[in-house]
Amino acid sequence: MGLGAYIAVSAALFALGVVAIVVRRNILYVLFGIEMILNAANINFVAFNRFNGDGLDGRMFAIFVIILAAAEAAVALAIVLNVYHLFNTTKPAEVDLLRE
Amino acid sequence: MVDLQKPFYGGLTLFFVAMLGWGISSAGAPGLAFGFSAALTLGGSLVCIWERSVVRSAFSLMGTFVGVAGLFILLGADFVGMAQILIYVGGILALLLFGVMLSPPDMEERKLSRVAGGLVLMGAAVAWVSAKVAATVEWAQLPKDELPEMTTSVHDIGVGFIAPDKYVVAFELAAVLLTVALVAAVYIARRKMADFEPAKDIPSKDIAGKEAAMKEIA
Repeated sequence: MGLGAYIAVSAALFALGVVAIVVRRNILYVLFGIEMILNAANINFVAFNRFNGDGLDGRMFAIFVIILAAAEAAVALAIVLNVYHLFNTTKPAEVDLLRE
Repeated sequence: MVDLQKPFYGGLTLFFVAMLGWGISSAGAPGLAFGFSAALTLGGSLVCIWERSVVRSAFSLMGTFVGVAGLFILLGADFVGMAQILIYVGGILALLLFGVMLSPPDMEERKLSRVAGGLVLMGAAVAWVSAKVAATVEWAQLPKDELPEMTTSVHDIGVGFIAPDKYVVAFELAAVLLTVALVAAVYIARRKMADFEPAKDIPSKDIAGKEAAMKEIA
């Protein structure tokens, strides 16, 4: 499989992540979509690294992205818990504390 | 309302078979593995968007993560693929499943027109950008389709993490960031003492009333 096939999969995964964030009006789907988008970026990192000779940079960056995704998921879930506790909803549109 | 569950999964099966067939016909056994991983990746996220239940969406995301790990392994990045399975499937997915407890037990609201419209619009946008990219990129200068010889191994990744002239600073920063983020997450998510006896008669949107009640309890 060539580089183009991997990039195509990555682009499609990114698009599906954006669709998940936009279409489903639910904080949890925003989290799911973010994970898809990070995964799409990771596919690109590893694919370009592999097809561009034999460096380590792309793979290292992918590992750091995975680490950041873990931290992001933990903090985001804590924020979602608090938002639910405060507003009793999981819909981002209903979190309108600043709107008077 | 029309039940589109069967047509959707029928289409998904067709997509899966088509990806497998395309993989076999273009590159044999490695192509089959690629087609399987790619179909798992995209099919998982499609089901995630489609399904009404948050639990099913979260579990279908497992397909996406495993598929991406398969792509990593096909690209020769075994370590990244294994880390992907360990951290995403074992950790992040379990974490996201905790969030499922927030959702109401009945099915989540989902407007078919929104899902279909979003997919079509996004598909059109991706197709347009892809066409532009394909027209602009000078394909001759891109790396060849034949993979270069792999000489680096997991050992090199381990050395890279601690070698002073490589990634040791980023590695230590990631460690500090993880510590800070996890402690902060626990601090944010923990219930305050005042919350254990919530005032039943105050609606949860009444912020001022809630704060007053918390002060009273404290």
